[in-house]
Amino acid sequence: MMADIRLIEIREDILSDNKNLADEIREVLRSHHVFLLNLMASPGGGKTSLIVHTVRELKNVFRIGVIEGDIDSVIDAERVSREGVPAVQLKTGGFCHLDASMIDMALKEMDLGNLDLIMIENIGNLVCPAEFDTGAIKNVMILSVPEGDDKPLKYPLMFSVCDVLLVNKIDYLNVADFDMNALKDRVFNLNPKIKIFEVSCKTGEGIQMWVRWLTEEMNVYAKEDPAG
Amino acid sequence: MHELAVTESILGIVIKHAAKNQVKKVLSISLKIGELTDLVDEWVQHYFNYLSKDTIAEGAILKIERSPVVFQCTDCNKAFPVFLKESGKIICFHCNSTRVTLVSGREFFIKHIEVV
Repeated sequence: MMADIRLIEIREDILSDNKNLADEIREVLRSHHVFLLNLMASPGGGKTSLIVHTVRELKNVFRIGVIEGDIDSVIDAERVSREGVPAVQLKTGGFCHLDASMIDMALKEMDLGNLDLIMIENIGNLVCPAEFDTGAIKNVMILSVPEGDDKPLKYPLMFSVCDVLLVNKIDYLNVADFDMNALKDRVFNLNPKIKIFEVSCKTGEGIQMWVRWLTEEMNVYAKEDPAG
Repeated sequence: MHELAVTESILGIVIKHAAKNQVKKVLSISLKIGELTDLVDEWVQHYFNYLSKDTIAEGAILKIERSPVVFQCTDCNKAFPVFLKESGKIICFHCNSTRVTLVSGREFFIKHIEVV
């Protein structure tokens, strides 16, 4: 009977469970003074190489751990472990993104009391990872020069949610049809607050600028600490 | 691509509210989803049909309302809609400024459900 039909107001965010768990993760990490960084990029963009460079630059300053989310291979975790830092490999199968519950699982396998920085290597994809809060303090993406300067128009959400864009493989700039100024215009247009660093994981160019930014952010985070 | 994860969340929220309200059956679910989220409506419904089998939400129809991407100009404070995939650059309709901030387009929530 039509008269029996009722309307129930819900107005609840579809991803609220994920968001709540991400907030809980931030609280737990805060209590352990751990800085969580979420790194996103296309497959082949240079996530693992960037992590390896960052570890090499900072492993004498900070105690670093890595969460490897890239699809079901242990190759990335092995590359990272060779640098002498603990790496947890998430078995994500064909999943297209990491969410807060997966990060929560990985963190349970890590010794939070003995870490200052954890880097998440998210799944190679510019669409889905942008949608899911992982509990990270900062979100960073890599766009590599061969991918093209038009990507902000195709993946606007990813460029909108990130705090930093690393333009990787700048050693390709003279052979690629890539307009750095056009890219920056497009990115700042979508996200005026984003920081952009030009790097090459091959030559090491620009890595220092990135590492300096990360160090400063970690210091700010440590000072914000209510527990001192 | 992440329709499955999103659909699981939708079903979970709907079942929770249905249980609180002594619902016999969920007939429809009204969603508001921003244009910035890369979801394909047909796939959300398809996954929903699969996941909701043998639940009180089985057979429910998803009514998806898309909310447009809207930016606000930092200089003149006026808001304007943007068709991101067609526009090379986001420029204020009113004063041509490129200093803009996103104000809507990321919505992702369940508005209401129709139940018996």
